[in-house]
Amino acid sequence: MADVKPRIKLDKKEAKKGEIVEVKALVSHIMETGQRKDSKGEVIPRKILNKFACTVNGKEVFSADFEPAISANPYIQFKFKAAESGPVVLTWTDDDGSKIVGEEKITVT
Amino acid sequence: MNYDTTLRPNRRQALSLGAAGIGAMVLGTSIVPAYAKNDAEELIKKFTGGKPATEGKVNLDLPEIAENGNTVPIGISVESPMTEQSHVTDLLVVADGNPRGGVAKFHFSPASGVADVSTRIRLAATQNVTAVAKMNDGTFYTTSKQVKVTIGGCGG
Repeated sequence: MADVKPRIKLDKKEAKKGEIVEVKALVSHIMETGQRKDSKGEVIPRKILNKFACTVNGKEVFSADFEPAISANPYIQFKFKAAESGPVVLTWTDDDGSKIVGEEKITVT
Repeated sequence: MNYDTTLRPNRRQALSLGAAGIGAMVLGTSIVPAYAKNDAEELIKKFTGGKPATEGKVNLDLPEIAENGNTVPIGISVESPMTEQSHVTDLLVVADGNPRGGVAKFHFSPASGVADVSTRIRLAATQNVTAVAKMNDGTFYTTSKQVKVTIGGCGG
C-alpha cells in the first residue's frame, strides 16, 4: 500500500491573500471495518486510514480523525484561507502506522 | 472465485427468507428509532463534556434516501466567521444505527477560513446522522438528519 498516489485537486493554483481555496482529495484504500467476516467466519481485521491532516507551508489548516464508517477509497473535500505561498501537503495515516502523502502548490499573491 | 456454497440458500430457505424480508420491510418503516442503539449518544456526551448543544448553525447535507449505504455523500458546514475571536474548533459526526456510532471528527482553526467539509460515509441501515460543532468559546451546536438506506453498507 506504500505506493498509493492520492488524487488531489485545488480549485485554484493562485489565490489572493484571504481568499478561500477548496481542496478535493481521493485516495485508494480498502478501509476494512473490522466488522466483516470472511468465508470461514473469521473476522477480517480492521485496516483503515484513521487520520488525515493538511498543512499549507508547514502550518496545519485542517485535520480529521476517521472511523470505520468512512467509505472505502475515502474522499475528502475541505477549504482553507490563503495566507502564504507554499506546498499544500496532505497526509493520511494508516492503522499500521504507514503514511500516504500527496502534495500540491499554492501561490498567494 | 472462492464463493462459499454454504451461503447459497436452498429453495425452502430462500422462500422463508423472502417472507422474513417482507416482514422486516413492513416493520422497518415503523420501528426505525427503536433499534437506534449504539455508542453514538455516549460519544456526543464525551465530546460535549455533558454540556447541552443548541440546535442550529450546523448544516447537514445528506440525501433523504441513500440507495447504497456503502458510500453516502455527506456535507457539513457550520455558520461561523472563523476569526481568532469566534471559530469552530471541532466537529463530531455520529450515526446511531451503525455497529459503532463514530463516523469522523474534523478539526478546524481560523486558518481553515470556513468550516465546510464533505466526505462519503457508510450507513448500515436507515438511521439518524448527527453533527455536533464545538466553538472556541466552549458552546456547542448540533443538527440531526435521518437517512433512509435501501442497501446497508457494512458488508457480510
